[in-house]
Amino acid sequence: MYQTDQYEGMIAETVSMKGHNGDAINAYVARPLGSGPFPGMVVIHHAPGWDEWYRECTRRFAHHGYVSISPNLYFRDGHGTPEDVGAKVRAAGGAPDARVLGDLDGANAWLRSLPYVSRKVGIFGTCSGGRQAFLAGCRLKGLDAVIECWGGRVVQSKEELTPNQPVAPIEYTKDLSCPIIGLFGNEDKSPTPEQVNAHEAELKKHAKQYEFHRYDGAGHGFFYYDRGAYRQEQAVDGWKKVFAFTERTLR
Amino acid sequence: MCTMIAHQVKIQGRGKSGPEWFEVQEANVSYDHPYDLPLEHALNIDFVNEALGPGARVAVELSVDAARQLVKTIEAVLAQADQRGVLEDLPVAAAPARDPSRA
Repeated sequence: MYQTDQYEGMIAETVSMKGHNGDAINAYVARPLGSGPFPGMVVIHHAPGWDEWYRECTRRFAHHGYVSISPNLYFRDGHGTPEDVGAKVRAAGGAPDARVLGDLDGANAWLRSLPYVSRKVGIFGTCSGGRQAFLAGCRLKGLDAVIECWGGRVVQSKEELTPNQPVAPIEYTKDLSCPIIGLFGNEDKSPTPEQVNAHEAELKKHAKQYEFHRYDGAGHGFFYYDRGAYRQEQAVDGWKKVFAFTERTLR
Repeated sequence: MCTMIAHQVKIQGRGKSGPEWFEVQEANVSYDHPYDLPLEHALNIDFVNEALGPGARVAVELSVDAARQLVKTIEAVLAQADQRGVLEDLPVAAAPARDPSRA
């Protein structure tokens, strides 16, 4: 917790990084000033796009002492307003999992190349980004904590599999390599409470270190203060749980 | 998106985005998160021209009931026009797109 007599500074800017297949993509980075070492955080934007909420979320992690990077997972889909680019990706059935994993791996490597980043890096995502955060925790090496917020389609039926998302992430649960925290709204339709239960049962079955928090009176996206889905009480409590988890797993 | 329910159809027509008209070549229809309508999921239609970039887009986000009413209304209007013998259509190869950056 910051004290009122404490020095505080931050740098936030757009950078270039190497993503999937070595492609150069852009990313938004926010970091506390100082020599560190600070833990790192990869911030995965939600399906609607690489938008202002994620800029603020990236800065929020930096404010709490994490060097944070939010890669533009839609870089290859053209440029324009986040909504227009996001709508294009929506029409294409979302970003391909393989490409996303490559970009997230690149973001982790980018963080780990910095002299002021400690040896611990976490990954945070909401909505499709929650799904991708879990997927990354299972498929990538070198992540130390996963924060999954209402990850939709972690549990997928065979009919829901697509060329872009060919495997349901729950199938990879046994490969999860770090602790995970999950936040979910009990009124959510994607994931439904039943899907969250199935997700948790699989983590339990494979003896993974996890904590799931379910909120009554909340649906999908209850952190988004710019949407009607925002639930102040649940969001405040959720953020407290997120930072308690990251302080424990990444410091 | 969290449902990934999206279809695309090639179309011919014009759309207006801001003060300018442009040729629309695709309609992207999805049932997924809208940007502005206060629903978790909605029937979204984006009339776009992919060749012109992501900004060439005319978007609507509809409730389920509105979407169903729209489909029925379009069909009814076309049927009425057909009955009166006034239906016409563009040739398969439409006129080239106007540059939306030009007034």
